[in-house]
Order: sequence, then C-alpha cells, then structure tokens
Amino acid sequence: MSTALDLSSRQAATRAAAPPALPENPRIARQRILPASAERRGIPRGIRRMAGPVLLVGIWHLLSVTGTLPAEVLAGPGTVLSSAAKLWGTGELPDAMVASLRRALSGLAIGGSIGVALAVFSGLFRLGEDLIDSTMQMLRTVPNVALIPLLIIWFGIGEEPKIALIALATAFPLYLNVYAGIRNVDQTLVEAGRTLGLSRAAMIRNVILPGALPNALVGLRYSLGISWLALVFGEQVNATEGIGYLMSNAREFFQTDVIVVCLVVYALLGLAVDFIVRLLEKVLLAWRPAFTGA
Amino acid sequence: MATGLHGRMSATQNAAVSVRGLTRRFGDRAVIDRLDLDIAPGEFVALIGASGCGKSTLLRILADLDHEIEGEVEVPVKRAVAFQAPRLMPWKKVWRNVVLGLPGLPDRRRAEAALAEVGLSHRANVWPKVLSGGEAQRASLARALVREPDLLLLDEPFGALDALTRIKAQELVGELWQRHNCAILLVTHDVEEALLLADRVLMMKDGVIAHEVRVDRPRPRAVEDAYLAELRARLLGWLGVGHGAMEDAA
Ligand SMILES: Nc1ncnc2c1ncn2[C@@H]1O[C@H](COP(=O)(O)OP(=O)(O)O)[C@@H](O)[C@H]1O
Ligand SMILES: [Mg+2]
Repeated sequence: MSTALDLSSRQAATRAAAPPALPENPRIARQRILPASAERRGIPRGIRRMAGPVLLVGIWHLLSVTGTLPAEVLAGPGTVLSSAAKLWGTGELPDAMVASLRRALSGLAIGGSIGVALAVFSGLFRLGEDLIDSTMQMLRTVPNVALIPLLIIWFGIGEEPKIALIALATAFPLYLNVYAGIRNVDQTLVEAGRTLGLSRAAMIRNVILPGALPNALVGLRYSLGISWLALVFGEQVNATEGIGYLMSNAREFFQTDVIVVCLVVYALLGLAVDFIVRLLEKVLLAWRPAFTGA
Repeated sequence: MATGLHGRMSATQNAAVSVRGLTRRFGDRAVIDRLDLDIAPGEFVALIGASGCGKSTLLRILADLDHEIEGEVEVPVKRAVAFQAPRLMPWKKVWRNVVLGLPGLPDRRRAEAALAEVGLSHRANVWPKVLSGGEAQRASLARALVREPDLLLLDEPFGALDALTRIKAQELVGELWQRHNCAILLVTHDVEEALLLADRVLMMKDGVIAHEVRVDRPRPRAVEDAYLAELRARLLGWLGVGHGAMEDAA
C-alpha cells in the first residue's frame, strides 16, 4: 500500500518536473497512424480504378467520331458495341465462345493431368525424378508455339493440334510448380507425420500433397494464362469455329469492329477464369496464415 | 559384479527405454559418445544440459527419426513426440490434427475427448493458424496423448512460451502424466522445470549422461522447497553456473 503511494507520488513528481524539460528535447519527427476506416474515405477504390479505362474509351470514342481514327484502322466503341450485340443475337458469338472455351478446357484437362501426374511421380520417387525432371527441365525451354508445324504434321488441321498445343503449354507450368511444391514441403511436418506413424500413402495424402497445394494453384493460374495464349495461336490455324475463327474471318473483310469484339471477349473470358482460380484459392487455402480472406 | 550385471539385465528387460553404448557422429565429432540410459515404465525423466550438447539428437534417435547410430536402442512401440514447435498440419482443423495417424476414420469424439483433457475443446474446429502459442502446444500434447503412448518424448515443449503460460503448461503435463501413467523423457533447459516435474533429472555432457539426481519429493512440488533448492544448486553447479560451479571444480 505504502509502496503504491510512493510510486504514484514519485510519478506525480516526475510529471510535475517534466514540462520544463520538454522544450530542451530535440523535436521528434512524428507520424499520425490513421485508422483503416479513414483511408477508405473519398472516392471508392473500385471507382478510381475504373477511371483509367473509362477515360481511354472516351478518348477512343472522341477520335472515332471526329474521324481522326478511321474505321478501317480501328472501329469506334459505338460500332464495336453494336456489332457485339449483332453477333450475340445471331448466335455466332456464343457459339464461338463455347467452341473456344471447350478447346481451352480440354487442353487444360489433358495437359494439366499429365503435368500433375509427372510432377507427383518425380516429386515422390527418386526414380521418377531421375527419369522425368531433367527431361522436363530441358523441354520447357522450347517455345510451345514453335511446335505448331510439327503438331499440324502429326495431328492434321482439325481440333487435335489445337488441343495438343494447349495441353503442351499448360503441362509445364503445372509440372514445375507442383514438383517444386512437393519438394519444398516443410520437413518438420514430414517428421511430425512420421512420429504419428503415418504410412507412406497416408503421408502423401495428409502431408505432402496438401503442403504442395499452394504451389499447385500458382501453377494452375499460370497454366490458365498460357492456355489462353495457346488458344489464340492455335485458333489462327485453319479453324472453322471459335473466337480465333471469327477473328480471322473478320480480318479477311477488314471488320475491325469484330476483331475488337473478339479481343474483348478473350479478355473477359480470361478475367472470368482468373476469378474462378481466386475462388478456388479462397476455398482450398483458407488454412494459410498469410491468407486474409479478402 | 555378476549380480550387478544380472540386475541390470533384468531391469533392462522391464524397462520402457534401454540404451547401451549409443554413439551418434556428425562428421568426425561424436555428439553422443557411448551413452547408456534406462527409463522405467511410467517414470518421468528430465534431461538437461548445455545448449548443443546433444539432447535433441538423443531424443530424435529415441523417436526413430535418426538411424545413423551405433549401439543398442530399445524403445516402446507406442511412442509419441511433442516438439518445441507444435508442428500441427496447418491444412487440417485442430481436431483432425489430433487424430491424424490413428487407424480408421478420423474420430471426432475421440479428438474432442483428448482436446478436453488439455482444456481445448472449444478450439476443436478451427485452423491451427488461429491458435495462440500456448494453445497450439496443448493441441500438440493432445495429439501425442491420444495415442496412449508408453513413452512420451518432449523436446523443450515450453521453451517458446511466455512465463505464465509455461507454468500452466508444466502443471498440465504433470497432471497428464499422472493420469496416463506413461514414461516421459522431457528435454529442457530449465532446471526448475526439471525439478518440479521429474522423478529423475539427468544431465548430459560430453556425449554421455554425466550426472543424475533422483528427486524424492511428493507432488505437487514448490520451487521454494529447501530440498529442491539444494538439488537446484547442485545441478547448476554441474552446468557450470552459480556457486556450485566453484565447489564442483574444487
Ligand atoms: N543434422 C546435423 N548435422 C550436423 N550437426 C548436427 C546436426 N544435428 C545436430 N548437430 C550438432 O549436434 C550437436 C547437438 O545438437 P542438439 O542435439 O540439437 O543439441 P541440444 O542439446 O541443444 O538439443 C550440435 O553441436 C549440433 O550442431
Ligand atoms: Mg535441442
């Protein structure tokens, strides 16, 4: 009790003595820590981020209506919009989208399963590593597009070379990332698994594969991006349907509006696929400490 | 001599752990050098020693995580380990971590019973990332004990906890040991912790068990106990700290 009193009286004394000492102190540079809510004030971020693209479309429109940008070079936004509506109405655009999406997804399914299977095999077994990894590391330096002539010779000019190109392009990012993921699984957790008496199969299922999942999803994201790129290239080869076909048709007739519509559709499909991967990450990686749930 | 040997043999037969002439080298350096050790069933043994003297190395050998050894080592088939870091699988909910590796389908009721024992029932269905350090360590203890081990190996399990949480965790381990009746080898750098919990405190030095004290004191024990204070001074002396160091050198 008395010590408490002592203390508080001593504190009071220090406090009383403090003010005269203050002016002698060198000024300390200070910073105000703002609450998160304060930063969110003003124009919402989403709208601010829209400003750039909107401005760009505005300028494009202006250049088109004034005739600075002739329609043969690039159709104006108004024309693009109306031809998009027309293409959608006739069913040409939806059909093309379905055809392209089907190609991308079947290519990804084939290439992805091959990539993941090879990665699991070479990640888990020494023999697999010796046989597969050096080969994959060597092959991945070949640009996929350079294989198009060979693929045409092998598979003709139908669906197969297009799907094969996408499969090839997507197999590598998945292989590399899943392999790295398996190899970088936290060894202390593997050890913990051993002390828990996990069998080899149980270890793979409960420790190694879940541990490689974050990397695998990074690989998936890359693969999807590349599958899009491969699709664009593949569909320039003698396609009879799909967005690429629509585009090369439009090129024949100098329909820049249709070309722009196709470009926008590629972009939108790409965004949609990215959104799906994000959703997947949100569900599958909810356990990650770094994951904020945003 | 012969009777002594015979006595030791029979003790060895009934022991939970028996180690004879164990050597572990890293390169040319023998970190463990012809070490002998016996732990009786249900015995609580604490192992202390300077940092880097080979305590974790010994524990990892007993946990069957390190086979690069010479000598004879026998341990119970039913073992469990809790490390300094909790090492929970971050991708499994706490209760699934607890029953991971048990035969059959994951048994939530069993996991919850084990978690209740360490006072963590309310955390059964969360990700490990949201546990505090003390909670994660208790979950790790639950995971070890749900296996009903005959030998529980603990490698500085309280080393990373704050003082208050550590005291509670120590009490918890004391209680759990009395309930489960398993042999425990607790590696620690905390002499007081060793004296509060263990039947026997071993001190490791130069690759062998250099010193050993038996703590004949009923539980629960208090650090202020004069007998424990004396043992503490002796152990610290052997470790080369405090007044005992001079006496030991003399
Ligand atoms: N894998 C390893 N390779 C080389 N040296 C090691 C290895 N593991 C442990 N050591 C060495 O063995 C000695 C004992 O380590 P450790 O058993 O971890 O000590 P502690 O008693 O602090 O637990 C240390 O000098 C350490 O550097
Ligand atoms: Mg250690």
